[in-house]
Order: sequence, then C-alpha cells, then structure tokens
Amino acid sequence: MAAITRPRGAERVLATDRFATEIRLARLNILIAFIALALGGLMGVLQILQYNGIDLYRFIKPILPGGYYQGLTLHGVLNVLVFTTFYIIGFLTLITAKAFDKPLVHKGLGWFTFWLMLGGLLMTALPILLNNATVLFTFYPPLKADGFFYLGLTLVVVGTYFLLLNQALTYRVWRKENPKAKIPLPAFMAIVTMSMWVIATIGIAAEMLFLLIPWSFGWVEGTDVLLARTLFWFTGHPIVYFWLLPAYISWYTMIPKQAGGKLFSEPMARVSFVLFLVLSIPIGIHHQYTDPGISAIWKLVHFIFTVGVFFPSLLTFFNVVASLEHAGRSRGGKGWLAWIFALPWKSATFTAQVFAMILFAFGGAGGVINASYNLNLVVHNTAWISGHFHLTVGSAVALSFMGMGYWLVPYLSGRRLFSNFLGLAASWCWLIGMILFSHFMHMLGLLGVPRRSMLGGAPYFNESTYAGVAEWRLLLPVAMVGGLVMFVSAILFYTNMVLTITRGQPEPNQQIPFAEKISGPEDVPAVLDRFWPWVVGAIMLIAINYGPTLYYLISTSRLNIPGLRPW
Amino acid sequence: MMKNSSKLVGYIFEFAWILPSVAIPVAVITAVIITAFAVGIRVPDIAGRIDPVAINNVAPFNEPGVRELAPGRYEATLIAQTFLFTPNEIEIPAGSDVTFVLTSRDVIHGFKIVGTSVNMMAVPGQISKMTAHFPEPGEYLILCHEYCGSGHHVMYGKIIVK
Ligand code: HEM
Ligand SMILES: [Cu+2]
Ligand SMILES: [Cu+2]
Repeated sequence: MAAITRPRGAERVLATDRFATEIRLARLNILIAFIALALGGLMGVLQILQYNGIDLYRFIKPILPGGYYQGLTLHGVLNVLVFTTFYIIGFLTLITAKAFDKPLVHKGLGWFTFWLMLGGLLMTALPILLNNATVLFTFYPPLKADGFFYLGLTLVVVGTYFLLLNQALTYRVWRKENPKAKIPLPAFMAIVTMSMWVIATIGIAAEMLFLLIPWSFGWVEGTDVLLARTLFWFTGHPIVYFWLLPAYISWYTMIPKQAGGKLFSEPMARVSFVLFLVLSIPIGIHHQYTDPGISAIWKLVHFIFTVGVFFPSLLTFFNVVASLEHAGRSRGGKGWLAWIFALPWKSATFTAQVFAMILFAFGGAGGVINASYNLNLVVHNTAWISGHFHLTVGSAVALSFMGMGYWLVPYLSGRRLFSNFLGLAASWCWLIGMILFSHFMHMLGLLGVPRRSMLGGAPYFNESTYAGVAEWRLLLPVAMVGGLVMFVSAILFYTNMVLTITRGQPEPNQQIPFAEKISGPEDVPAVLDRFWPWVVGAIMLIAINYGPTLYYLISTSRLNIPGLRPW
Repeated sequence: MMKNSSKLVGYIFEFAWILPSVAIPVAVITAVIITAFAVGIRVPDIAGRIDPVAINNVAPFNEPGVRELAPGRYEATLIAQTFLFTPNEIEIPAGSDVTFVLTSRDVIHGFKIVGTSVNMMAVPGQISKMTAHFPEPGEYLILCHEYCGSGHHVMYGKIIVK
C-alpha cells in the first residue's frame, strides 16, 4: 500500500543530483538516529513512571528481562551514543559537501563510514538486548559486558574517523580550486567539530583497545578501574561538545536565515569554534571531582579551564541573539526587546530551535555549578545531574536536532513537511514538559535523590525512617507530569515525520537554509581559516592538563581487578 | 559608509559583551578557590591504593567501623560491595568530625551522605577519604549513587548522630 502511494519522484531526481551520495548517506544516518531516539525516549517514560510507583517493566519482561537497568542502558546508549552520533555524521556529511558546493571526493569512503558504524551498532545492540551488557552508557569496569558490546562501540567510533578523512581530502581539492577564498563557514565548523572529536576519542579508543576489549574477551585477567574511568572521561566530556557543535552550526549558519536575518559576525563564530576545539578536551577531570586516586590540584586546574569554556559559550549566546535581533528588526520589530515578537514564531523549525536555546541557557547555568569543584559535591550523581543533562543533550541537542528535522527531513525526502502546526505543538510540549521535568529533577537532586537508581523499588525511599523522603514524594509526581508532556511531544514529532515521508506533497529542489552574514568572510583573519594551529594548541593543552595524571595512573597501574556481572 | 558605522556599533556591543564574559568566569573561579582553601571544603585527593583481594588483611579495612582518634575526632572505615556497606549503620556523638575511609570490594559504588558535603566514589583498588562535621543529632542517609548492579537501589546505610 505504502509502496503505491509513494511516488518514486524523489529517487529519480536523486539520480541526476551531484549530491546524491551525501543525500542518501544523510537519509540513512538520520533515519537510524530517529529510530534510536524513539526507542530510547520510550525507556525514559518507563523510568519516570517507575519513580512514581508505576512499574510497566513487568509487562515487557520477555523482551526486557533486565528491567529498569537494562532499560536505562538502552535509554543512555540509544539517546546519547546512537541518536547523536548517527545524526551528526549524517548532517555533517551533507553540510560539508553542500557548503563547499562540492561532493565529498571519496564516495566509497562515505559508504565505508556508514557500514562500519552500522556494523558496530548491530554488534553493540545485540548484547544489550540480550541483557548481556547492562552496564549503562558509561560502561565503567569492572562491570563486565559481553566483549562484542565494547568492540561494536569501538567500530562506531572508528567509523566516524573516516568522515574526517573524507572532509580533509575534499578540503584539499577545494583549496586547490579556490586558493584565495575563505573556507565556507559551515564547512569550517563541520571540520573543526570532527577534528575535535577525533582527538577527543583517543581516550575512549585507548580504554577500549588496551583495557576493556582484551579483558572482556578474557585475554587478560583484570583491569585498572580508575585508569579506565579517566580515559573514559577524557572522551566523555568533549563528547558533549561533539553533540552540541552541530546544533551550534545550525544556530549560527541556518537559524539567522530561517529567522529572516543574517549572522551577526562570522569572525566571532569562528573564534568560538576554535576555542571549543582547544578547550573542550583538557577539562574532563571535572567529571571525577569525587574520585579517589586523582590529585586535588589537577582537579582544580581542570575546573579553571572548564570555566574558561564559559567564554566561547557566551560568545555564541551573544552572536546568536544579535543575529536574532537583526532578524527581528528586519521583519519590522522595534524597541529594546519587542523585536522578539516579530520573529517567525509560526515556524516549527525556528521555534523548536529557539526553545532549545532557551532551555540550554538554564542548562549552562546549572553546568557552571556542576563544574565548580567543591560545589559539585552537593550535586554529583544526584537527580540534579539528570535534570541538567536533559536541558543540555536532551534539549539543546535533541530538540535542535528534532527542530532541524522540520526542514531536513523534507529536504532529504523531497517532500513538504506534513504539518507545521504539529511541529509547533510538539515544540511547545517539549518546552513545557522539559521545564517541569528538569526543574523538579534539579530540586530532587538537592534533596538527595540519587541518580541511576530504581527509586520505586528502593527501601530508603519506601520504608526508611529518614524524614526527608516525604518531600521527595511531593516532587516526583510533578517531574512525572513533565516527562509525560515530553512523551506527548515525541508522539507529535514522530507522527509528523512519518506522515511527511509517506504522505507529504512532493517538493523537489529545496534549499539548505544557509544564512548570509553582516560581518562575513572578508573580516576573517587568516588564522581563523586554518586548522593546524588550533589542533596543535589543543594537543599541547591536553598534554599539560592530562600528562601528569595519566603518567601517574599508568605508571602505578595494576591490572588486578577482575570483572563482575552483578545484574 | 553606512555599513562601516553599523560595524562600529557592532564592535562596541561585542566589547560590552566580552567584558562580562571574562569577568563572570574570573569571579566564579575566585569564589570557589576561597571556599576550597580558606573555608576548607575540599574534594577527595590521592589517598593510596589497595589490592581488593587483600582488603580483609590490610588495616584499616580489616576492622571496618568507627574509631576515636582524639576527643571529638573519629575515623569511620567502610567497605562497599554489592549491595551493602560494611558497617551499614554508624553511631557518632553530635559535634564530632568524622573522616570516612572507604574502598570497594568489587565494582564501583557511590557514597553520598545526604545533607552533608560528603560525596565520593568507592573504586576497587583505590582508597577514598573525606571528612565532615556533624553538629546536630539526627539520622543521615548514606546512599550508593553509582549503578553497581541489579540491586543498586537497595544499597544504603545510616549514620545516627546522638
Ligand atoms: C520523554 C522523554 C524523556 C524522559 C521522560 C526521560 C527520563 C529520564 C529519567 C527519569 C532518567 C533518570 C534515570 C536514572 O537516573 O535512574 C533519565 C536519564 C537519562 N536520560 Fe532521559 N528522558 C527523556 C528523554 C531523554 C533524551 C531526549 C535524552 C538525550 C538525547 C536523554 C538522555 C538521558 C541520559 C544520558 C540519561 C542518563 C542515563 C544514565 O544515567 O546512564 N533522555 N532520563
Ligand atoms: Cu563535562
Ligand atoms: Cu550502587
């Protein structure tokens, strides 16, 4: 039935499109990403219901024998490892080629990237689904998953490296043809993002290759838990910038156009990106403030550099808001702030992404608290942290990616968005639901509610004599209402997307909404058009900030902790 | 001409924004350093390694529990393992300073005393240490706040301050 109603027009157009490969790759990657988000998000709903004593896990025992924690593993892995990575690789593949106005030079490499990542994904998914890898998305040893879980994740990461290679090869050819031109901003940003990512993943690659894979396959007896954890967070912090920077690419290079204006400053946008490249990685120990075995002085140094990231973040905030103001005024808006009302609030893609920015502003403020050395002791591993990252990756990233979907899915499928109204409704629901959910999760965290716990079954919550739990009981239902409103948002979003690709009016020749600039490439100094100085800067800072700690951990390391499967 | 003057206005705005973008981080760093080194709220530091197989034979973990070091100063030694703390309940007099010395016998666990600044990870192979002051009598929850397996949510303990 669907096959009949679906005209093959879009496919036929593709055959003559110079960018056919990029479009196909983006389609597949983003399709996988959104399927992952759907399943992962569903697990989130089960979690917040469980917190409130509504246990739906018992009904799905045959498919989810590991219950809450297997579901939580799926929630983390699907939402922040699979959804993000596949979406980003698909999006950056397309954006790089389109911005250079040049297909990626190596089509085979593009497909190789895709198949490697897909193979890795399947290899990782199987053990999780069989309850043989209920180790959450952080997979801290000595929790010991099936070896293929680690191998699969490694393949996904290695697959992404080939996008950077493809970008670099394409850039070289482009540079020969355009010796004088500045790199188009979206391509520059895409390459900076991938460069940062590849350097950042040295940590997790080392953890996988030297510690977890040999240990989980039984080739070595034990492992070093703290070293593994430190290597994990070497990648684990910058990974959040890997998720965020593609959303920033949309905020900088597309939102101004979608808002009806221009980007305020391209040089400033480039400054913030290269600073993210330099500063994202050498700060990962801020996730280990409460860890033993790491010097408090290096923790303090990482704290100071973490706060340094505040600077490019505020630059982004300023630049994006200034661009929005320009758009508002171009549309006839007036006054100090009244221009805000002149913005295209009737556009789903615009509204979703601006809501993502608003939620992110709160996430950023909370992030400063998390990062603040001893203040972290108040919030570490409490529900506060859950509240925090649902604002960051769960909104700034996920809501932006969904919002971009309102033009990207039509663009990739050659069809008109099924319903802008549904998109607007979904965006409002996510905003309202997330405000409720995250606010109350933050508060619960301050009251001591731990994260990663099946609260509904916890004796300290249900039976203990501790007086504080009375307050937990008051706030948990409100967080649940927030979660359910987010669930409604997701249903609206997916309905819209499915109807777009199956029922949307064919509309070929759509354009990517690349924005013009008020201060553009002519104002960009040469150093902001290069990669190497910043890559070298990043590596040097990493050596300084991580060198002594890694040297100490490796030189005192003992591979004496056996694995355990306590689930 | 028009374009240039609007650029100038742009630069002024940029500068006006850059100032607080630098000032706020500097203020945050200063405030935290003061609380850490003048007020003394510290994060865990290096406190040594331990072989998890040898836990039962190595002091202080061979005798987990509370010991008085000096009047009003105590050391509480705890072992975390799936899914309990040993000892699971600690009694101390009000007004005392307690240093918690902790390790894990198996996987990573968490150790948070709700309502205090004690918050640390129990990592197999490592010793964790933190000190807190308990001014008032009352009951405090110790929670394992790191996923440690299917019984993670049943892992908790208590501190009774008398
Ligand atoms: C309907 C939407 C959602 C709901 C109701 C929801 C709910 C929850 C809850 C209650 C937790 C805490 C579980 C625990 O600590 O025991 C959680 C954890 C988490 N959520 Fe969500 N979530 C949703 C969507 C998302 C999205 C869109 C993302 C990211 C793209 C996300 C990422 C995460 C991550 C990374 C964790 C931490 C997992 C871990 O600790 O291993 N969630 N979620
Ligand atoms: Cu971080
Ligand atoms: Cu636990």
